[in-house]
Amino acid sequence: MTTKKSKVVGLEQVVVRFAGDSGDGMQLTGSLFSDSTAFAGNDFATFPDYPAEIRAPQGTVAGVSGFQIHFGQNTIYTSGDLADVLIAMNPASLKANMKWIKNGAIIIIDIDAFTEKGYEKAGYASDPLTDGTLDGYNMIKAPITAFTKEAVKHLDLDNKSVLKTKNMFALGIIMYMFNRELKHVNTYYEKKFKANPLIIEANKAVLAAGFNYADTIEALGSTFKVEPAPLEKGKYRNITGNVATAWGFMAAAERAKRELFLGSYPITPATEILQELTNHKDLSVKAFQAEDEIAGIVSAIGASFTGSLAITTTSGPGLSLKSEAIGLAVMTELPLVIVDVQRGGPSTGLPTKSEQSDLLQALFGRNGEAPVIIIAAQNSVDCFYSAFEAAKLSLEHMTPAILLTDGSLANGSEVFKIPRMSDMPEIHPPLVKANDASYKPYRRDPEKLNRFWAVPGTEGLRHRIGGLEKENISGNVSHDPLNHQNMIMLREEKVQRVANYIPEQEVRGKSSGELLVVSWGGTFGVMRTVVEKMQKEGKSISLAHFRHIMPLPKNTEEVLSGFKKIVVCEINNGQFVKYLKMNFPQYKYAQYNKIQGLPFMIAELEEKFNALLNE
Amino acid sequence: MENQIIESQVINLTKDDFSSDQMVKWCPGCGDHAILHAVENVFPNLGIPKEDFVVVSGIGCSSRFPYYMNTYGIHSIHGRAAAIATGVKLANPKLSVWMITGDGDCMAIGGNHFIHTIRRNIDINILLFNNKIYGLTKGQYSPTTPKGTKTKTSPQGTFERPFNPGELVIGSQGNFFARSLDTNPKHMSAIFIEAAKHKGTSVVEVLQNCVIFFNKAHDLITSRETKDDNQLFIEHGKPLIYGKDNNKGIILKGTSLEAVTIGENGITEKDILVHNQYDADPGIHVMLARMMPPEFPVALGVIRSVAAETFETSMTDSISHEKEVSKIRNVDDLLNSGSTWTIE
Repeated sequence: MTTKKSKVVGLEQVVVRFAGDSGDGMQLTGSLFSDSTAFAGNDFATFPDYPAEIRAPQGTVAGVSGFQIHFGQNTIYTSGDLADVLIAMNPASLKANMKWIKNGAIIIIDIDAFTEKGYEKAGYASDPLTDGTLDGYNMIKAPITAFTKEAVKHLDLDNKSVLKTKNMFALGIIMYMFNRELKHVNTYYEKKFKANPLIIEANKAVLAAGFNYADTIEALGSTFKVEPAPLEKGKYRNITGNVATAWGFMAAAERAKRELFLGSYPITPATEILQELTNHKDLSVKAFQAEDEIAGIVSAIGASFTGSLAITTTSGPGLSLKSEAIGLAVMTELPLVIVDVQRGGPSTGLPTKSEQSDLLQALFGRNGEAPVIIIAAQNSVDCFYSAFEAAKLSLEHMTPAILLTDGSLANGSEVFKIPRMSDMPEIHPPLVKANDASYKPYRRDPEKLNRFWAVPGTEGLRHRIGGLEKENISGNVSHDPLNHQNMIMLREEKVQRVANYIPEQEVRGKSSGELLVVSWGGTFGVMRTVVEKMQKEGKSISLAHFRHIMPLPKNTEEVLSGFKKIVVCEINNGQFVKYLKMNFPQYKYAQYNKIQGLPFMIAELEEKFNALLNE
Repeated sequence: MENQIIESQVINLTKDDFSSDQMVKWCPGCGDHAILHAVENVFPNLGIPKEDFVVVSGIGCSSRFPYYMNTYGIHSIHGRAAAIATGVKLANPKLSVWMITGDGDCMAIGGNHFIHTIRRNIDINILLFNNKIYGLTKGQYSPTTPKGTKTKTSPQGTFERPFNPGELVIGSQGNFFARSLDTNPKHMSAIFIEAAKHKGTSVVEVLQNCVIFFNKAHDLITSRETKDDNQLFIEHGKPLIYGKDNNKGIILKGTSLEAVTIGENGITEKDILVHNQYDADPGIHVMLARMMPPEFPVALGVIRSVAAETFETSMTDSISHEKEVSKIRNVDDLLNSGSTWTIE
């Protein structure tokens, strides 16, 4: 394998997209390639794009499953706009992905799947290979199915098992193309299928066959090499946003010396957090799969009352169901983190697509005056730090916090520099010691205004809390008019004072100028890429990307005041901009909104910002 | 987790240890007062430290209960007490968790949590005050209101078939169901103690009278004139005999129960069904739970009490096992587990 015929071309960054039928194993292919990318020392980000149905009709566009990886020798902020290389295992995956590839991209297809029948299922009226559809692209028509069969014919495998390995042929081609070693993939199969040597052998054989095929054919004029990225020294791993979220809470529980309790109900795209936490009983995590969304949150409230770091995880529709219970947590002034992995709404909406459209629900979607802390994670790795911070703030300020992530962060993966727990901040929940004679259920800390946490089982602190309004300090049920107003103001002020415990808003670029780009949450990667690009071109443009939504950082007004124009970019119909208008009505805000279940593209943002700068 | 030393101590507690200083605001004559007193009498006698009790409720008249007990307590939101109690118990299985609920709170808005809590067999004690009406909202029909009853929302009489709580509990794979009466404090206390002793979800239905919106809902069972012939106090291992003259009984005829008179039609005491509360087969228990006047007396006492592993025991065991076998001891281990790489 060391005797490569083709010449090697260096590239700064590449986007590769794997696409096939949802049963073709494209997610696995993509993640194995990601692991290999990590070992090659590149920085990278990935994003899976799969249908809502588990097995949509085979061969149709509805059943296409994709996986995109963006890797490079510099820091990578997004999973990439348009692909340089597309692997299409059948006509439907070609059809579904033509709009996601660059002009002149390399397209590798399994020519054996490009049959009349295949075209019919994909809805091609004519043969795309001959009707001009693919003019200008660099086509590699590989007989993947036939060569896969050939590669394993010495093994006594049934046809279904043979076809299951053809994704390794495609991977072999790509591994050759990017000068990768096969050993990490082989090791994966050796570990994963220890009990089934035949499967190991088949996958290795097909992978090698694909690699050798690419080496042999003339079609591949050159191979590519992406040099290692100048990542900081240290230990790294690959992590998805959902796993990072789960781990952030485990880290917070450890720092707070509290047990972690999760009450949750499965919902796309948040389920992996529940799955990940059920798998960590070794760290004493109690992950409870409840009978519904409401039981998920209220069991967490019960656990919070009982002294756990309690969380609940969901997506938009589930957040709606949890509204009343969030109000209970506000009223009882208990710590609780609600994770909303946002998806396209309203109603069931677009379950597997990402959106930022739950912001106003998170801010205002409850009866009564019910403020909560809101943090929005800005990328997959940041889910770890945001979960940690949401837990810390909720525990220390004794009030619920909502953590907003989204489908693209949740499923996307990034390179994560492994932190040391001793470097993470300490967490000090305001626990009350046994028999503290001064304890009153609603006595407050004078600085933060939080009440104190007296946990059942502790001697001398028996008390009752509940959803009825309470008298301040004593905690007795009270319908007194002035007390009610006072308590509302206290709960509001308590959340506002969290601003004293969060960092100031950062501005990327100069703190004054022509155009301030404002964004929040999961769009950080693309916003940063575009703004930095335009800054290099000499444009007067800066970025304020918000992670803290409620309360807003203390210097928000100052940040907004430095620019002639402000544009707020969101994957919704303009929710954060409404919130900014409400808080800072003195400024004029332009908007850029996209609500297609798709991320922002670099080009569209650039166009919008240039237009604003040229106005 | 550090070793927990469980001190064996004689706990000297009295009713006063559990009475709160809050004014009890239930209507005069409401059955809830009697239930509160019974609970206050039972708690000191369970051998449990007073700080280890947690009383959880939802919404409704009965759900004000936690405010009237000097324990840890949560008065929560409508219907959700069972799920909150679940969280409390799972977070600290050592606690004695009591859920106070009514027929609407428990079986209408809270029906889902109720059946799933029972199915999981979480060790909490549920006291279900069944007054067959919505009291706090002033007189609408509930899931246990008898069909045809005129209420504020059923001016022509209800069209709905009511739930029988015992049938619902056992149908949800419940392992403990008992019934008592707000007019019989001694019996209530005895039954609450049985519920506390049972490991797993225990449900006690208390037939409770709402003097304002459905007075005498249980009149056939509780009135002086009819009670003796309509109350059957069941006990494990004892024949199901009742009646003013102790000459009535329940027999199993074919696949059904039948109320008979001893000495009539050749029936002798030997024919009377003997109660087996520990029978894993729920068949007879369901039939007993379903018995209602006028055809049958109502069964009072522990109808079903079957031992089974609790959810929290399984969970705790599973956690201990995983902690033993896993290489991951802390979050640093976790972060560094699996596939990682180092940049020098």
